[in-house]
Amino acid sequence: MIDTDNLTKKFGDLTAVDNLTLHVNDGEVFGFLGPNGAGKTTTIRMLCCLISKTSGSATIGGYEIGNKEGSLKIRKMIGLVPDNVGLSEHLTAYDNLDFYGKIYDCSESQRKENIKRFLEMLGLWEKRNDLAGTFSKGMKQKLAIARALIHDPQILFLDEPTANLDPESAKTVREFILELKKQKKTIFLNTHNLDEAQRICDKIGILNTKLRVTGTPQDLEEAVKGKKTIVSLEQVNEKILSALKKLSLKNLTSEGNKITFDVSDPDKENWGAVEAMVLAGGHVNTVNVVGSSLEDVYLKLVRESA
Amino acid sequence: MRLSKAWLVASRDFKIFRRQKNILYSIIVFPVITSVLFPAILEFTQQRSGGLSAPGVLPNLLNSFSFFFIIGAAYIPLGIASYSIVGEKIEKSLEPLLATPLTDGEILLGKALSAVLPTLVAMYAASIVFMVGIDATTVGKLGYNYFPNSTFGVLLLILLPVAVVMSVLYSVIVSSRANDVRSANSYGILILFPLLATYLLSEVGIISLDINGLLIIAGILLAIDIALYFVSKAAFQREEILTKWK
Repeated sequence: MIDTDNLTKKFGDLTAVDNLTLHVNDGEVFGFLGPNGAGKTTTIRMLCCLISKTSGSATIGGYEIGNKEGSLKIRKMIGLVPDNVGLSEHLTAYDNLDFYGKIYDCSESQRKENIKRFLEMLGLWEKRNDLAGTFSKGMKQKLAIARALIHDPQILFLDEPTANLDPESAKTVREFILELKKQKKTIFLNTHNLDEAQRICDKIGILNTKLRVTGTPQDLEEAVKGKKTIVSLEQVNEKILSALKKLSLKNLTSEGNKITFDVSDPDKENWGAVEAMVLAGGHVNTVNVVGSSLEDVYLKLVRESA
Repeated sequence: MRLSKAWLVASRDFKIFRRQKNILYSIIVFPVITSVLFPAILEFTQQRSGGLSAPGVLPNLLNSFSFFFIIGAAYIPLGIASYSIVGEKIEKSLEPLLATPLTDGEILLGKALSAVLPTLVAMYAASIVFMVGIDATTVGKLGYNYFPNSTFGVLLLILLPVAVVMSVLYSVIVSSRANDVRSANSYGILILFPLLATYLLSEVGIISLDINGLLIIAGILLAIDIALYFVSKAAFQREEILTKWK
């Protein structure tokens, strides 16, 4: 559904997006993670045919971005919720949606039906005749999502849809995205929220100008993780630490009565470590192995690329 | 270019303008002043001194008065177009609009129509009041109704639309660089100076505001319109708007 091949955008000497190659399947929710200035919004703008690419190529639903005809077809089949919601504040919620429905040539009955359906789903139907400018941030965000869906697009681009929302509004928006996922919409989601990405997305890409990695949330954790062993002892002393240092364990740290180190094969490495601690006079209470979280993966990749 | 789509954009702007008192005032105030003030001045001076001027001089004076319709026609769209574009910049509502299948040209035409049409309606309505008022005031002096006449016809039907378009296109360019409506208006007002200069030159007799004079001015403004069209078209491009407009 969405394919990019070495897609690049430069602003003068600044490379905003560098040789981005990715594939998003039909009906998939793709989460695009990355720090501020990583090129996430620029990527969405290129894919929505709002700005030109410098090099490379991309197709949306089989139509190529960058040519006039393809761009028009793409803009008909997508919906965009930009990072700034951009509502007409002096129009009512209903009029905001109705205007966009008309742009997409939706019939009057289709417009009425979709406006009612989406406003009801998002809890805004009672406020349909209120000016958008009087809405709270969360309500505006919901209205912007309804606007992007008014013509029933196959593909939805969401640029940080829960940023700056209170927890309750963010939850409503997330639940709505999950509802769209059930309807098999293809969703391209820019977000900073790792937990959100993990819960909603089928696939995740981590971008920092260059695409660092893509895969399912589980794939990413597996691929980069290396697990962590946490050993709780009755007491940690220098003798125990010296014994462990001889084993060349990675990222060996101690805090209170806990010792932590990275392992790639816990079954093999933990046995030796525990033996060394016991031989050094340590009393081991518990041994726990924890996996890396998506946050660990994200931070590792972003720091590596910084 | 689909006119129906441009009309959609203009219709939405009209809806917004109806809720914006400052825009409504800017559309109404100048035409009301122009249409009522000049006949009132003539009436006042007739009553005070028995007549403003000799019958032979009066037509020149009335032509000068008429030229204020051109200044008004250039003034009114400044506020409308500035708000229409800078307002969208402030609300950041252009990005979702640009992500729709509308072309840049359709959006630009819609914005232009939303500034041109209210101006034309206001100025033409004012011109009727003006003509009736002036005729009522001067018929006794002249012995005939001065308006309507071909000079005023050329001014209203040729020069006035050209002046409105010039003002709108200039506002688009100014708005692309301005961050708020007030600064857009401040720079926009500069477009009035050549028109005010033309009026002053006519007052001192250097140029004449008869049919030939008005046609020459219209020709010059048309040439300016064409140049401004290309500049505004270049300024109103998706990529320019999203990456360079501040």
